[in-house]
Amino acid sequence: MQRDHGILHGHMARMHTWWMILQISLEERLVYRVDFAVATLMRFLPIVTQIFLWSAIFEAVHGDNVAGFRFEDFVAYYLLVMIGRAFSSMPALASGIALQVRNGEIKKFLIQPVDLIGFLLLTRIAHKLVYYLVSMSAFVLVLYLCRGYFPGWPDAPTLLAFIASLILAFLLGFFLEATIGLVSFWFLEVSSLLFIYMLLNFVLSGHMFPLDLLPSAWQAPLNVLPFKYLAYFPAAVFLGKVSGPQLAYELGVQLAWVVLFMVICRVTYYFGVRRYSGYGG
Amino acid sequence: MAIIELNALAKTYRIYQKPEGLRASVRGLFRRKYRDVMAVRGIDLRVEQGEFVAFLGPNGAGKTTTLKLLSGVINPTSGAATVMGHVPWKRELDYRKRFALVLGQKNQLWWDLPAQESFRLHQQIYQIDPEQFERTRDELVDLLDIAQMLGQPVRELSLGERMKMELVAALLHSPEVLFLDEPTIGLDVIAQHNVQKFLRHYQESRHVTILLSSHYMKDVAALCKRVVIISHGRIIYDGSLSGITDRFGGHKIVTLQFANERVPDLSRFGQVIEQQAPRVRLRVDRGKVTAVVGEILSQEEIEDVSVEDPPLEEVIADAFSMADVKEDDE
Repeated sequence: MQRDHGILHGHMARMHTWWMILQISLEERLVYRVDFAVATLMRFLPIVTQIFLWSAIFEAVHGDNVAGFRFEDFVAYYLLVMIGRAFSSMPALASGIALQVRNGEIKKFLIQPVDLIGFLLLTRIAHKLVYYLVSMSAFVLVLYLCRGYFPGWPDAPTLLAFIASLILAFLLGFFLEATIGLVSFWFLEVSSLLFIYMLLNFVLSGHMFPLDLLPSAWQAPLNVLPFKYLAYFPAAVFLGKVSGPQLAYELGVQLAWVVLFMVICRVTYYFGVRRYSGYGG
Repeated sequence: MAIIELNALAKTYRIYQKPEGLRASVRGLFRRKYRDVMAVRGIDLRVEQGEFVAFLGPNGAGKTTTLKLLSGVINPTSGAATVMGHVPWKRELDYRKRFALVLGQKNQLWWDLPAQESFRLHQQIYQIDPEQFERTRDELVDLLDIAQMLGQPVRELSLGERMKMELVAALLHSPEVLFLDEPTIGLDVIAQHNVQKFLRHYQESRHVTILLSSHYMKDVAALCKRVVIISHGRIIYDGSLSGITDRFGGHKIVTLQFANERVPDLSRFGQVIEQQAPRVRLRVDRGKVTAVVGEILSQEEIEDVSVEDPPLEEVIADAFSMADVKEDDE
């Protein structure tokens, strides 16, 4: 009997399952080569407009800094935010879940022995890996061309912290948006909820402008919200704005947010399925 | 012990009643009216291991709801059910590995990838032993004659080919119980026939238990010895296919070939369905057939006479409308 193979074998089998799911979703993503190439290019467009905007602002104010940021700092910041968002943004995750709930495909996860959230996470990792693979050369080229805007390479511990903050940003973005998608068990249509989230995300994550520009009265509430960990925080780590014990503390807070939304996501799914099987189906 | 057992199983949906018109729609934002729809109203059923049972009924009769209850997608409002000793809506992993549900109108395969990739995924999800997986897959693919389409993206397959792939995907883990919801819906006659042939062969060789819902008589006649007719969420018949006529067919069809074109008025014997002199088709009460035929033969010059059961579709339609009348009386 398979059951007698022991715990180790069970884990190996499960790892293998997840590896297979990852592999197959990689294949699926690679079907859309053109879509990916276009999406990659489009990612660089907003930053170009941002650079134009800030160079105009700098010309207008006739100074060499705005709120303690030099022009170079802005460019470096936006480039880093772009990298952060390449990890934390989850195109079509919430809307994809809502669509599956509406058209009933979600049933698959109630019938087959596979977990929806785990499955979505793996397919999303696959999406991201393919995305990085395709866009890697473009990122490297742009960063190389813009190397003059950066203060230089941070030291190894900072770099490690930066990578950790990116991975946590990915997980946080995933569980946040998956939770929004799962709300469709109650409302079917989540696009307006998603729109509000996107808007808040755009402003409060530091995607629109560095959060340092905000008056200090605004900083406190931003620090107790999860948004800044999606874009601002990784950039701030790379630029050396947080360091030492403060860095460790903030990474801890980011991790806590990830764990919290992991739990919220799981609980939402649990009650969502209960509702689904009670009313609809 | 029965492999599938349903006791007074019932499911009521609460459905939002959208009123007509804009003003009423605005009012609906604040106060909503709901209507309870009793999709399944207390079903008792026992199915033994190895049976191939058909659920027959018009759209909305409760067939799909029953299959969804048995596969654990929805919870019942009341009543109980077990399948292989599991309560379906507990959704235990052990149970999930032992059954399969095929929905004719939904697809489980990855749309953009060849079906063989979905199969590999199923091997992993259901933890099928690699050797057994290959054997089962090759056998199914061979039976359904789809080997050359395995590498084609699913979205490029025809409906019939896709249904066959769906069946393979659902059967890879060798489920002991199989639920099929309208598996031949939308297929052309040849594809329907192929799917039926496959299902019959599969069931006979593996002795799995199959519950099939359909409103195509041909599916049922080709596959199932036992037929359960559901109407308005209740079982109104449970027995053999031929038994349906005995139970609901109150009439027989008498066809008379007269010797010449002069055909008398026969309406006193029964309902004249068709009159194309010298041939007449009569619907006669089952109990009066002998008397009627005797009387006509003694009075008229008849060249040929035949007595048949009405077509099954008609009998079942009668059964449904009988159930409708009963429903209205309540």
